[in-house]
Amino acid sequence: MKFRTALASATILAASMVGAASAADLTVGFSQIGSESGWRAAETTLTKQQAEQRGIDLKFADAQQKQENQIKALRSFIAQGVDAILVAPVVATGWDEVLQEARDAEIPVILLDRTVDAPEDLYMTAVTSDLVHEGKVAGQWLADTVAGKPCNVVELQGTTGSSPAIDRKKGFEEALAGKDNLKIIRSQTGDFTRTKGKEVMESFLKAEDGGKNICALYAHNDDMAVGAIQAIKEAGLKPGTDILVVSIDAVPDIFQAMAAGEANATVELTPNMAGPAFDALEAFRKDGKLPPKWIQTESKLYTQADDPAKVYEEKKGLGY
Amino acid sequence: MTSALKAYAVRLLPQAAALAVILVMVSLAFPGFFRLEMQNGRLYGSLVDILNRGAPVALLAIGMTVVIATKGIDLSVGAVMAICGAVAAACITSGHGLATTLLITLATGILCGLWNGILVAVLDIQPIIATLVLMVAGRGIAQLVTEGAILTFNDPGLIFIGSGALLGLPMPVVIWLAFGIAVALLVRRTALGMLIEALGVNRRAATLSGVSTGVLLIAAYMLSGLCAAIAGIIAAADIRGADANNAGLWLELDAILAVVVGGTSLLGGRFSIAASLIGALIIQSINTGILLSGFPPEFNLIIKAAIIVMILIIQSPRAQSAFAFLSRPRAEDGKTEQEAK
Repeated sequence: MKFRTALASATILAASMVGAASAADLTVGFSQIGSESGWRAAETTLTKQQAEQRGIDLKFADAQQKQENQIKALRSFIAQGVDAILVAPVVATGWDEVLQEARDAEIPVILLDRTVDAPEDLYMTAVTSDLVHEGKVAGQWLADTVAGKPCNVVELQGTTGSSPAIDRKKGFEEALAGKDNLKIIRSQTGDFTRTKGKEVMESFLKAEDGGKNICALYAHNDDMAVGAIQAIKEAGLKPGTDILVVSIDAVPDIFQAMAAGEANATVELTPNMAGPAFDALEAFRKDGKLPPKWIQTESKLYTQADDPAKVYEEKKGLGY
Repeated sequence: MTSALKAYAVRLLPQAAALAVILVMVSLAFPGFFRLEMQNGRLYGSLVDILNRGAPVALLAIGMTVVIATKGIDLSVGAVMAICGAVAAACITSGHGLATTLLITLATGILCGLWNGILVAVLDIQPIIATLVLMVAGRGIAQLVTEGAILTFNDPGLIFIGSGALLGLPMPVVIWLAFGIAVALLVRRTALGMLIEALGVNRRAATLSGVSTGVLLIAAYMLSGLCAAIAGIIAAADIRGADANNAGLWLELDAILAVVVGGTSLLGGRFSIAASLIGALIIQSINTGILLSGFPPEFNLIIKAAIIVMILIIQSPRAQSAFAFLSRPRAEDGKTEQEAK
């Protein structure tokens, strides 16, 4: 194993010396999963923007949710002799062979947004967000905002069993641990959708004395929060004042709600995964410095104080 | 007339009883369940939520009942909902009036139904396969319309359809009740219902006795498409946006379940729209009940499945004959069956 790692570093180093050109004539292949969500569409847009700004020639391949398409795309990138490959893997397993082929061809591979179950020396680095940390940031904001006052929280979970739902719940609970004034009184799944978010919030409001018993809502994504905000309004309460609303993702629509004072805070899951990836790649090509195996993206907190109307304008063109 | 009414009541008895039992069960788990109050000029309470949230499945169940009565099935309704929601949102955001938007959207739904109907009636493709085409392709079409994003709108007229109120009832409830009554009257006050049943029992025999089965079959699928269009408009208006990925997702299965719980056979023939609507309410009562009860979400589907299985077991022919056996007049009552009459 030690020998293999040494070999890997040596080959990658050799590759860097051979191709020690400037970033200007860099060619990078990007295999994207597909466009199943607005977030992913924004990730594609931002990756293309980042490449253009840096003068990188980006070859884009849409896998339409199929791993076989991604493997085909990777092989074609290898055949074209690109300088690096970015891949957002659709599933975690089954990558060893094609990653080995990339390494044999001395092409560094960077994983975006998700990781794979393959030996670490088969890829250069993975750029992902920390889902637990996102939940923690949201919980910390709530704890700071209520500042010791008693507060009953209702939680809209993501799809039961999905890793964002498990991790965002865990992080939020970690932030609330030891703070006896904050209590999660109800927690149900809203399947990450607006419709279910609204329906579940309606039942929370009925079950908790017309909502008088609820002080804050924590939603695992913004879409559920947007649905829940409508339910709160229809129950005759003011979202953002009567019930605090904090959620995760930072999609454009939540900024509209924040600008209207109906949502309080959101934690960004940045679609700019390519920026840090290109940074790492450029640093590596310049002085051969290998990045750490995991680059964590920033989980930035946005509140009503961050000029949500302006952020909305910036974000709405990204294809969310 | 009274005997017809009595037969009607007997037909609906098992479904109504099941609904009552579920409502009582939920009220045991959540005491404030039956509380109703007026708020902002509309009824407010969990019972209203059930009627309101059940609207999409209830609407789909109306069309699905008629299709199933023809011995068919329509798997595409969830996807058609997504298409129609997307079309409505796209029309209203591109500046069309409310009336134009609704007309275009309803026409889109009917067109989807026409496509299904032609595949089934003219090309003679099995309904499950024929409608599978649109079920798979439909969500893609919807995504093309919305360009992959949730298309939001602010038109007060369209939003009113999703969250407005008429006579104290939420609009979706008014719509599905009115539409259900209209369709039920249409098929039962004319010979249409009987012709559909004849077609479902034996298409060839119906054709030979002079029923234009082809036209009738296509019409059934068009009705189902229209129902899906209305449901799609309501679903989009409710969240003020068209979500191509999630609108109507898996609702075709809930609609089929509502029809089955309503006691209409998947083999075609006799059908009851009222029973299917009660079936839809049963499903929604279970959903709302689970949400109110505060169980962890991991149990949602298990509880739902267990209750549905119980209802289906009670309705099964074996159980029915067992009930008949147990409730038959006994010899020791001193009378034979003949005397009892």
